[in-house]
Order: sequence, then C-alpha cells, then structure tokens
Amino acid sequence: MATSVLSRQLSESGALVERHWQELNARRRLYTLLGLALLALTLFASLWFANDSNAGKFFDRLPHFFDFVGDLVPRDAMEIVRALFDLPSPYDDGSFKYNYADGRLYLTDSLYIPEYFHRMLETVNIAIFSTVAGVFFGFILSFLAARNLTPNPWIRGPVRRLMEILRAFPEVVIAGFFLAILSLGPIPAIAAVSIHTIGALGKLFFEVVENADMKPEEGLRAVGANWIERVWFGIVPQVLPNFTSYFLLRLEINVRASTIIGAVGGGGIGELLRLSIGQGHEAKTIAIVILLFTTIFAVDQFSAWLRRRLVGDQAFQLAQ
Amino acid sequence: MTASTKPSLPEMEAIAARHPHLLHSSSRKRFKAALIGIGVLLYMAFSWWFFSIGHVLANANWGIAGTYLADWVSYEVRPEIAIAADGTMAVSYARNSPLGPNPNPDWVTLEKKTVTRTIEAPAAPQASKPKASSSFNFMAPNAALGGSQTAQAQNRIETRNEEVVVRALITYDRSTNIEIADGLVKATHSGETLTMTVDGADTVTPQGPLPRWARQKRPGEKITLSFGLTGWAEVEGDKVSIRNRFFGWANFLFDSNSPFFGKPYGEVVSLIVSGERIDPARSNLSLAWNNILYNAEWQHLDVWTKLLQTIVMAFVGTLFASLIAFPLCFLAARNITPNLFANQLAKRFFDFLRSVDMFIWALFFTRAFGPGPLAGISAIFFTDTGTLGKLYSEALENIDDRQREGVKSVGATPIAVQRFGVLPQVLPVFASQALYFWESNTRSATIIGAVGAGGIGLKLWEAMRTNSDWENVAYMVLLILMVVFVFDSISNACRSRLMGRKPH
Repeated sequence: MATSVLSRQLSESGALVERHWQELNARRRLYTLLGLALLALTLFASLWFANDSNAGKFFDRLPHFFDFVGDLVPRDAMEIVRALFDLPSPYDDGSFKYNYADGRLYLTDSLYIPEYFHRMLETVNIAIFSTVAGVFFGFILSFLAARNLTPNPWIRGPVRRLMEILRAFPEVVIAGFFLAILSLGPIPAIAAVSIHTIGALGKLFFEVVENADMKPEEGLRAVGANWIERVWFGIVPQVLPNFTSYFLLRLEINVRASTIIGAVGGGGIGELLRLSIGQGHEAKTIAIVILLFTTIFAVDQFSAWLRRRLVGDQAFQLAQ
Repeated sequence: MTASTKPSLPEMEAIAARHPHLLHSSSRKRFKAALIGIGVLLYMAFSWWFFSIGHVLANANWGIAGTYLADWVSYEVRPEIAIAADGTMAVSYARNSPLGPNPNPDWVTLEKKTVTRTIEAPAAPQASKPKASSSFNFMAPNAALGGSQTAQAQNRIETRNEEVVVRALITYDRSTNIEIADGLVKATHSGETLTMTVDGADTVTPQGPLPRWARQKRPGEKITLSFGLTGWAEVEGDKVSIRNRFFGWANFLFDSNSPFFGKPYGEVVSLIVSGERIDPARSNLSLAWNNILYNAEWQHLDVWTKLLQTIVMAFVGTLFASLIAFPLCFLAARNITPNLFANQLAKRFFDFLRSVDMFIWALFFTRAFGPGPLAGISAIFFTDTGTLGKLYSEALENIDDRQREGVKSVGATPIAVQRFGVLPQVLPVFASQALYFWESNTRSATIIGAVGAGGIGLKLWEAMRTNSDWENVAYMVLLILMVVFVFDSISNACRSRLMGRKPH
C-alpha cells in the first residue's frame, strides 16, 4: 500500500516499525499465495483423477451435458398431468411408458390415490417415523452424554462413542444389511434413517443440554429430587424448544435421505424415480420430480415457519 | 432454625392463593402435553400398521442375520466329506476355498488306507459302484465312442490300488469334534455325543435322542448340527458338510494364487529382503506389492481408488460450489444489492438448486457423464451452490454496517468497500461453512455413489448384494469411518482456528 511514501518522514524507530510491518505483510502474502497454489494444484490433480477414472470423459461429454433436458420433453405438456394423476394417456400402447392408470390405488370403487402420491406419502412417512424414533432414543442418550448431568466419564465416553459410530456409519450399509435379512420394503430404509438420526440428533441434543442453565437443577437437587426428576423438571423444559427445532431440521434432512435410500432398494418414490430416469420415461420423470420438489419445498417452508415460531431467529444458525 | 425457614400452614396457603397459576395451570395447558403424547403414539401405531412392521419382523430370517454379522469378522472353511456305501470317504474343498488349492489343515485328521479294488473297466451304469472311484474311470469315454462289439471286447476286469479315507476326525475346538468311520458319524459338542448312521445313499438315522444343538426335520432326512460361533455341519446320507468358522479376514494380503500365499510373515519379509527372485522379471518387493494390490478377494487397488474418488467428489464439488456461491451471494443479500428483483431472483435460484436435491441431480448427471465421479462432483456442486449461497447471503445480511460506512466515507470505490468493509467480516464464516460442507459431503458422497455417481458407494452396494462378501463390506466401512474421522478432525481444527473458538 501507499504507506512507503510516508516512510521518508518517519523517525528512525518509526521506520523500523514500518519495515517490520512491511516484512510481516510480505510474509503473509507469500503464505496466502502458497496456500492458494497448493489448493489449485490439489484441485487440478483431483480433476484429472476424476476425469481419468470416469466412464465418459469430461470434454467428450460436455456437449452432451444438457442432453438430459432433451430426455425430459414429453410428447405434450398434458402428459405430465396425466402421469401425475394417473389419468389414461391417448398414446397408451400397452408399454410401461404410458401405463399411468395401472398404478392407481383404489380406496373405494371410484375414488383412488394416484400411484406417485401414494409413494410420496410412503417416503414422507418413512422420514417422519424414523425421525420420531431417532428423537426418542437420541433424547434418552443425550442426557447420558452431557457433561453437566453425567459426570462419570465411564458412562459419558461410551455413549458419545456410540453416537459417533451411529452417525458416521454409512446409511447405505445399514439399509443393505436389513435388506438382506428382511424382504424388500420400507423397513430397511426406516432402520437406516433412524439409526443415523439417533447419532446426529444425540450430538446436537447433548450440546444443547450442556449449555443449559443449571440453577433449576440445583434447586431440585436441594429438595432431594433424584436424577430422573432433576432432568425431567429442571432441564427438559429449558431445552425442549431447541430440541423441537432440531427435530424439525432433521425432518427436512430425513425426507431427502429416505428418498435416496428408497432409490437403492428401500421402496417409496426414490425407486420409481430411478427406474423412470433409467428407462427414459419423460412424462413420469417430470411428474415425480415436480412432486418431489414440491414436497421438499413444502416441508422446508413448514419447518422453517414452525421453528421461527418456537425459538425465533436463533434457529437459523448453521446447525451441524 | 428449621422452624423459622419452614412456613406455617396458613402462610403456605396464602402463597398458594397469591400465585394460583403455578399450582393450577389452565386445563388447556395441562392437557396439551398429554394430547401431543397421545397423538405421537397414535401416529406410531398407524405407521406400524401402514408399514406392517410387526408382520415383516416376524417373518424375517433372524438366523441368517447372525451368520451375516459373523461374516463381517470371520470366515468359513468348508470341507465336504463324501461317504460311499462301503464306508470309505473322499474329502474335497470348494474351488475358491480360502485355504488355497491343496489344503491340508491340521484340524482335519485323516486315516488313509490303500485298498485294492476290482472294477469292470467300461463302466456300464452300476448302482452300487462307489462314487469316489467313478471319477478315476478314464476308460469310459473310449467305450462310449466304440461300437457295442468292441465294447464287449474291451470289457475286462481291472484291479487297481486306490487310497481312500477310512476314518476322519474334524476338530472344531476343544469340546467340539466330529468323527466319521465305518458309516458312523459321531458328533461331540459340550459334553454330549450324538451318533448317526449314514448309509452312503440318502438316509441318516440318529441313535438315541437328538441333543439341543442338532435338528432333523423328518426321519431319515439331513441333520443340521449347529455349534454356535465355531461353525456348523450338515450330515446327509452320502456326505457330511463341515463349516468351520475362523476369526479374522482370510487372505487379506495375498490371495491363494500368490507365491507368498500361506507363508508366515517372517518368511515373507525375508523373501522380500533377501530372497531369490520368484519372478525373474522383477524384484520380490514389486511382486509382493503387485500381489497385494490385485488381491482377487479384497481388490485393494480398486477399493482405494473408489475411496479416493469419493474424497475427490466431495472436495471438488464443495470447492466449486463455494466459488460460484461467493459472487452470487452478494447479489442475493438485501443490504449489499438494494434491488429487490435481483435479490429474489438469486434467492429463488438457490432454493431451486437445493430443493431438486443431490440425489436427483446425481441421477441426471449419471446420464450425462456416464457412471463415475464427474457425475458425483456435478451433483454435489449443484446442490451445494444452493445451500452455501443461501447460508452466505444470510451471513452477509447479518454483518455490521459500520465498517462498510467507514470505508465508504473515505471515498473508496464500490469494489473496495466490499473488499475492506465486508469481506474481513464474513470470510471466516464463509470458509468455516465451506469446510463443514466438505466434511458432511464426504459422508453423503458415499450414498449418491450407490445410485451410480462414482465412488465407493456402488462397490459397497455390489458387495452387499451378493450376500457373501460381508467381510469386504466391513473392510470398506472401516476405511470410510477412518476417512470421515480424519476429515472431521481436520475440518474441526481448521474451523476452530478460523472462528477463534474452542472445537466441540
């Protein structure tokens, strides 16, 4: 910067300080540059590696980048509506591409639920069920993992390790394992999502518990309450709004997670989407994407609204 | 002392009268908790019915779950003992047995005898002919080619010496073993002994009542003996199948085709350091390394490559996402760009990228680029541009305006205002959030890999679908857990330095 212009008028010690500052600045700049160069080098090595081990090469495939948009154009716009609501298609030739009406789930003789709505309901239900199950166990474990409520490190340590393992264990492995034991269906997805949820929520919960005010607990201790009473009447009322907020945040994440797990064999809408993209059924794909997009958006908005009502704006800090 | 602190009865009643809401809350409040609880319970009951959980759990094959779990950390060796009608036996191992092509483990003790057999050479089908000798009958194809007259001429009596097993003792552990001799199978487990008669054809008859660890569905049919974690066995009329389970991962370094297979570690090391070249074309060290990398059962090189792909996917995807989200978030922030249309456009764009979801992007890009990490990178890039853009613009909207005004007041250009008034405040937050997403994407990259977007996910999924490679699944899970743990620590350390607070 322009400070060197001033240095002629500085005293001897002032010039020393100025020189020091310049040196420090130069060193800092050098480190920043080195760091950026290292980052760029890693990036190029990574890109080269990714390109090299990919099935199609990046520059060969780049012209085809937006091909999938072309794969998504149905024969007419009404096809999407027909696919979404299981209405018979005029193009029906008996193939799977246009058999929209086959998936209807009849409630009465004339009233039916369209297939995709039914599957979407199943996916959302998987998410809600496993979030509730995860909250139940995470709730119990979090008090055992909190330093202020469980001073004994021999209980706290194992509980925390358990939650770490549950959190880091790949969901796809849990789903695959249960898929091998149980038959195809939503239960492997429920197991995978809820086991992951226990670990993730348990961690967030015990951090909330550790930040709780201990005065109510002390008061209850003074009148001779036991551990469960102290937790239930002293801590739970304080942490409940935060817990609810994290529960809703997790619900958003779990709706997405259960869709993905569905695609790898857990049933629900994810599986249908994977199949319809793979087989090139344009109208069906668009119908599912619209439905999925709307659902995820709606769940996000609902949860944001509820969280803002319950805890105010602090619910929107980055949750990890 | 106590008398003075304890309020008297009228005093307590006076306190209660002054604060009625503490003792008698409104009925709505009182029942709210109970109603929510009942609602949740009802919902759980409904879901139990909706997913027919009880039915599925009751029909599940829990026995096989134990076997699969045991497969994670152990392996089975499976000798098959064929029993002929005359009580002689032949032992064979599966082709890809973990013990290599010619196993002779010390827990199988065989007593052999050379018998002289008389065989009518061009074998007309004979029901009573022992199974073990039929495979030695190399004359049979000639007989089939020749006419009936030549066959008659060649039909001579041949005697030859064969080595057969007359007694076999399989020791599982100290209290469990199976002894087979003279058409009798004697199994001993935890102090109980069960003797079974096998006839060399299709009937098994237990002598005496069956102990708890033995099971036979119908008289004469096969008997299954389960010895818990040490293994199990199946006794049929003409064969005994042994399944002996050992703890550990079999052939983790060298598979049974490698010249280093089955040698103790000391010998392998001395071979590598000072041994003669096994393959004249290259040194023993490179041969050993090559054998490890291309181990047919564990596929180390492939697994490591796929794991690296997963890491690269998360790294490149997150880096690109934060690079693109960085300029866009200035457009989306209300206080930086006071143009409502631009704000809304940028924010809705972020919402769109986020809500379409990583999984859907992954499916689309797998079609565009073919299966591989490029699809995964693009999927992570698209989703995280949305998420990071949203978080970045929220961070920008919460900045302290005084620094910006200060820089503006000395006449700085708009770019300089952003550079010196805004960036120093938000850069640590931006970097910290990018790091957090890098770490969490390392985890999610595993799962989008399973739908074809590259990385270890697909390999993991394939290993699970075979239902027999659970030890490979365990290996990959262990690697993933290690990588996630290392990246967690790196990202936590970086973030706590950036944000200047204690890591949690």
